[in-house]
Amino acid sequence: MIDIDVVTLSRLQFAATAMYHFLFVPLTLGLSFLMAIMESVYVMTGREVWRRMTLFWGTCFGINFAMGVATGVVMEFQFGMNWSYYSHYVGDIFGAPLALEGLMAFFLEASFIGLFFFGWDRMSKVGHLCVTWLVAFGANFSALWILVANGWMQHPVGAVFNPDTMRMEVTDFMAVVFNPVAQAKFVHTVSAGYVTGAMFVMAVSSWFLLKGRHQEFAKRSMAVAASFGLAAALSVVVLGDESGYVTTENQKMKIAAMESMWHTEPAPAALNIIAFPNMEKQENTFAISVPYLLGIIGTRSLTTELPGIVNLVETAKERVRDGIEAYKALQVVRANPGDTAAREIFSQKWPNLGYGLLVKQIRPDVENATEADVAAAAASTIPNVPVVFWSFRVMVGLGFYFIAFFAAAFWIASRHKLGEQRWTLWVALFSLPLPWLAIECGWLLAEYGRQPWAIEGVLPTFYAASGLTFTDLVISLSIFLLIYSVLAVIEVILMVKTIKKGPLEHDPLQPTIAGPDVLPITAAAGPKL
Amino acid sequence: MSNLIPFDYETLRLVWWLLLGILLIGFAVMDGFDLGIGALLPFVAKTDEERRVVINVVGPVWEGNQVWLILGGGAIFAAFPMLYAVSFSGLYLAMMVILVALILRPVGFKYRSKIGDPGWRSTWDIILCIAGTVPALILGVAVGNVLLGLPFEFDDTLRTFYRGNFFQLLTPYALLAGLVSLSMLIMHGAALLTWKTEGVIADRARSYGRLAALATIVLFAVAGVWTAYGIGGHVLTSVVDPLGPSNPLGKTVAVEPGAWLANYTAYPWMMIAPILGFAGALLALVGFTAKRPALTFITSGVAIFGIIATAGVSLFPFLLPSSLDPSNGLTVWDASSSKLTLWVMLLSTAFFLPIILIYTAFIYRVMRGKVTTVSMDKNPNAY
Repeated sequence: MIDIDVVTLSRLQFAATAMYHFLFVPLTLGLSFLMAIMESVYVMTGREVWRRMTLFWGTCFGINFAMGVATGVVMEFQFGMNWSYYSHYVGDIFGAPLALEGLMAFFLEASFIGLFFFGWDRMSKVGHLCVTWLVAFGANFSALWILVANGWMQHPVGAVFNPDTMRMEVTDFMAVVFNPVAQAKFVHTVSAGYVTGAMFVMAVSSWFLLKGRHQEFAKRSMAVAASFGLAAALSVVVLGDESGYVTTENQKMKIAAMESMWHTEPAPAALNIIAFPNMEKQENTFAISVPYLLGIIGTRSLTTELPGIVNLVETAKERVRDGIEAYKALQVVRANPGDTAAREIFSQKWPNLGYGLLVKQIRPDVENATEADVAAAAASTIPNVPVVFWSFRVMVGLGFYFIAFFAAAFWIASRHKLGEQRWTLWVALFSLPLPWLAIECGWLLAEYGRQPWAIEGVLPTFYAASGLTFTDLVISLSIFLLIYSVLAVIEVILMVKTIKKGPLEHDPLQPTIAGPDVLPITAAAGPKL
Repeated sequence: MSNLIPFDYETLRLVWWLLLGILLIGFAVMDGFDLGIGALLPFVAKTDEERRVVINVVGPVWEGNQVWLILGGGAIFAAFPMLYAVSFSGLYLAMMVILVALILRPVGFKYRSKIGDPGWRSTWDIILCIAGTVPALILGVAVGNVLLGLPFEFDDTLRTFYRGNFFQLLTPYALLAGLVSLSMLIMHGAALLTWKTEGVIADRARSYGRLAALATIVLFAVAGVWTAYGIGGHVLTSVVDPLGPSNPLGKTVAVEPGAWLANYTAYPWMMIAPILGFAGALLALVGFTAKRPALTFITSGVAIFGIIATAGVSLFPFLLPSSLDPSNGLTVWDASSSKLTLWVMLLSTAFFLPIILIYTAFIYRVMRGKVTTVSMDKNPNAY
């Protein structure tokens, strides 16, 4: 019934398009605020260098934003295209934040971005500044709603399964919006975007200084980016820890995998700094660990235990058995909607229905599952430990690097010594790709670490896919790979070209710029409408 | 929580059916002229200078316009999740074609002007033309196929199975619907060009606009006759409880020739929709000829409203009929979200949609006036 190759290709396509989309999003989040800050300084001081800064970083923003929009449309439609059972199963909850993102956020950002570019000579200074801030807020509200949606995939609250409609339905909308996982992820994710924006400005400005171009422009840009970046880097790590803390409450399996902790240890647990997890033997072939640290970070206490992977699988077996009971009761209810006894059983057992569905990938007749099937289904709740373990470490390591980097930059900038040590400029230039690396590792951890679930504990990923054919997927995946690769090359070429051209030397908005040799298309300009 | 909702489930479902129509019409009216202008680009503008003028007509607004589609997608997901699940997965490759166009279009607007090389620019011109034409056509083909019914069914867990492929969508009736859509959006794009440009571009746009308006009238009429006499419509033959749970498996449906026109007999006031479609296109035709650009643009918008509303009310209460097993078709009453979700989304939409309309109007006001070489050169950000 479920073609596992189609599921695998669908996952690959979703992962590829989502990670590609998120190459553009963080720069949008970060640069929009930096532009708004720069333009604010311009409006307050009236010094035209700040307007040239806003214009130049705005041009980079625009090149990036077009790709963000183009790849974002794909995300909005792919749930229905590739994950139609998912869309049916949780659309009642999951669709709302996506629609709200359009209503509240993306409309705001996308409408005013046009005015940001085209409204300079048509609006007052303050008016245009408001437009720029609205773009920045729109972008960040967008992230809020998307992370409310994603947070619900990690920690599905405020909803219940309705056997009459065969789907999850919302019971408490406020619980979905104020989901602690969503809130922590939102702050963590936008902060990561601010780090990216700040790093982009640092690296490009460093390049100008290395080339001896646009000194004043580059130093001012770096000063803004250094302070913004320092605040953001502190926020991303501190609030990342908050995100980790929340994870331990809700996704014990993910944190056990993240730490490669196979067996429950006496509290407080040790933190593995380096480990080589072995999935077959369910142990670490090698590990260097710091005693007590994980227990303290993860539970903020010295006495609370953190469960290990093997122990969690034991718990999962219980839930699978319960889930099979829920599945059986659901079948009875479906055959005979008036069976109150079965409804009663289902209303107690439904929270484990998802665990019952895990059996589906082992045998279609869930009701006949043997103890071996239960064990296999429970074992399938272990994500890919090495990938999760290492992506977490790369992300955290880079997080600490960003704090050090921006603290140093801030220190140098506050002593007005930017650019005096050439090697610092090289460090900044070569740090450019690192925020992207950290962010992609973060998403890998969040999404790959949630497997086998599409919705944690509720809906297994393999069960959520559309009934497409293998050919459909080969065609769509090839199209995406081709178009996205070509566009990535073009985007980089245009970005490099824009940077090489550099900021304008003179403010183009001064009235001298429209030369007398420029003629309208028809000699007689018609009346303005 | 749900006993605090002042409307019953039936009302909320009906309101969301209306809102869905408003959002799709919003998309067709706002993003529609972007698509139409894209399709017209190589024809109304011959030189690079002229093409820049045309692109800068939509330059400040295409980003916002595109959000109508994204919001439409999100609203279908939130309000009618089954419609979203069945249609987007069933029309998978058609959706891919639209997505490719929607990926290339924004990039084309933004990137074309960044490099001066004529080969680079004419390549993007062709891409922009195709990326405007193809979605306009395919979206119409999709609506045509909805009227014909899509070959899908459910199993008892409400998992969808679609038994068809991309090429089966390209039937003569569906292609006719595609041409209605294409001609009306070209008419709309041409109308905006006559308003926002001058001289030779506006003249060319006027002649293409006249043709498109004429084509819209003729094709819409042919489609109406074909719908009345050539294809079957779906009719509910069992009672569907408008207050019941959203499960499309509990009803029976018959297919009868001409049944898509049954609503007009039962509720004659619904004739307003096709009348507005014809009247709008006719007045647009007059407007093009009389050189009244504002009138032309508004009436072509009215035509779009009328034509899309016609498709909507003809189908009602169906959203997505099934040709494979008509009783599995989706209706307003059995494919919606829960009452609470519909209510929360209605509150949000009632609050934010007016705000969106206000700031959109403000932006168009700031950007009013014709686009000329002079106005472009004043702005270093112009495309």
